[in-house]
Amino acid sequence: MIRKLLARRSGRHPLPVRKSIICLMALGVSALLLGMMLTHAAWLRRAADPLLIQQSSMVKDLALTDLCLFTEARYTRHLSQTDMFSPFQDHPLSLEHFPTGSIAGPSAGLRRHYEKMD
Amino acid sequence: MRRWIEKQHSILDFTLSSLLRRKAKNISLFLVYTLVVFLLGSAMLFTTAMKREALLILKDAPEMVVQRLLMGRYDPIPMDYLNTIKKIRGVTSADVRLWGYYYDPVMGANYTLMVPHHDPPAPGNIVIGHGISRVRTLDKGDIFSFRAYDGRVQSFTVTGELSAASELVSADLILMADADFRILFGLPDSRATDIVVKVRNQKELRTIAGKITELLPDTRPIIRDEIVRTYDAVFDWRGGMVVVLLIMALSAFIIFAWEKASGLSAEERREIGILKAIGWETADILAVKTYEGSLVSFLSFSTGILAAYAHVFFFSAFLFAPALKGWSVLYPDFRITPFIDPYQLTVLFFLTVVPYTVATIIPSWRAAIVDPDAVMRS
Repeated sequence: MIRKLLARRSGRHPLPVRKSIICLMALGVSALLLGMMLTHAAWLRRAADPLLIQQSSMVKDLALTDLCLFTEARYTRHLSQTDMFSPFQDHPLSLEHFPTGSIAGPSAGLRRHYEKMD
Repeated sequence: MRRWIEKQHSILDFTLSSLLRRKAKNISLFLVYTLVVFLLGSAMLFTTAMKREALLILKDAPEMVVQRLLMGRYDPIPMDYLNTIKKIRGVTSADVRLWGYYYDPVMGANYTLMVPHHDPPAPGNIVIGHGISRVRTLDKGDIFSFRAYDGRVQSFTVTGELSAASELVSADLILMADADFRILFGLPDSRATDIVVKVRNQKELRTIAGKITELLPDTRPIIRDEIVRTYDAVFDWRGGMVVVLLIMALSAFIIFAWEKASGLSAEERREIGILKAIGWETADILAVKTYEGSLVSFLSFSTGILAAYAHVFFFSAFLFAPALKGWSVLYPDFRITPFIDPYQLTVLFFLTVVPYTVATIIPSWRAAIVDPDAVMRS
């Protein structure tokens, strides 16, 4: 396609474009796309500033402590406010069974606090 | 210099012809490599962005939250604790928070009910998060009923909706008046959920937390730093699902690079033998293999990272969504803000491109230093 394009531009017989040139062009395009990705990320980040400020001021006004990421169990909804017992309180030998438990463990501060009780 | 460039051009031409001769094999190689980079890149971009987002959003979270523990479990805090905390030197202000959970059996979802400090809704009215409005198809003026602690049904009028843009912090929130909250949960006036504390000097936070536990031994102070670090731990590469993803992707990559490093195909060995026989030097053969490895790995790396970027930031990491949602009925609909850490990107580049390129060169170097006749006959 590039060969045909070059030939059409120059109006001459198709030039024998070397594979290496096409390859270098492909590498250049991918490097350019990576650069564009970083620029796009910076641009999106700047565009998202008002939204982040809005969310942050809501956190301040309502005195919120956690992100609304895991709503399946009450002890995963507010991860920073939970205790070590809630996940295992269904019955004496109960194991934590909500899928979030495999993603979000107790925070370091909580572990430190409960260490003494082991 | 010009001659050197021309030579490199010719070597690159030969490398490309060689790659195209084994088109099917190299395309499958490219696809597997891209998939590995895509998985690693998606996990990396997602966790970095979530950590930064949590840090920015929670930077204004309460400086300190004081909870009461009873028999090792959380318990509503007595209101008179407020005066004890206020008297501690360095405490600017302390205020109670009223919040709790309500399980909605109709939807099977958990809501967070809260009394705001400023402008709470009038008694009988509630303001709901956009997530609840979406799940329950509620609008302004609709009636929302709750079953109170004593079994009675309490109805509220929806008078407002929190913005959709703030779903990441408010999807499941229901704001209501103080009196309504206490009637719904049967919480006496002498109790509150917890206490938020503001201090004059941030450096004194830990000292004041220590004083609180000294004066009120049945309390647990949680400082802002711990709140933010909770999300650092959730999205840390060593934690939970991320480490599983990393192990899977890295194992796939190691197997894949090992296969490459463990030896050349008979056709490739014969090709090296012929090149040596017609006068190519070992350095030229190594240059061919270096170009081959770098080309495949760089193209796979850039395609994989670009696909990961699109997956995480354009399509809200839909492949990770089932794992994050778990059994949640109510899940926030949010777009992640891109925060790319150049250091992590560089580490990923060196973790994938360099080992693969080296793995390509080593067996070729072994074949190139052997007598061409022996290589062709083997």
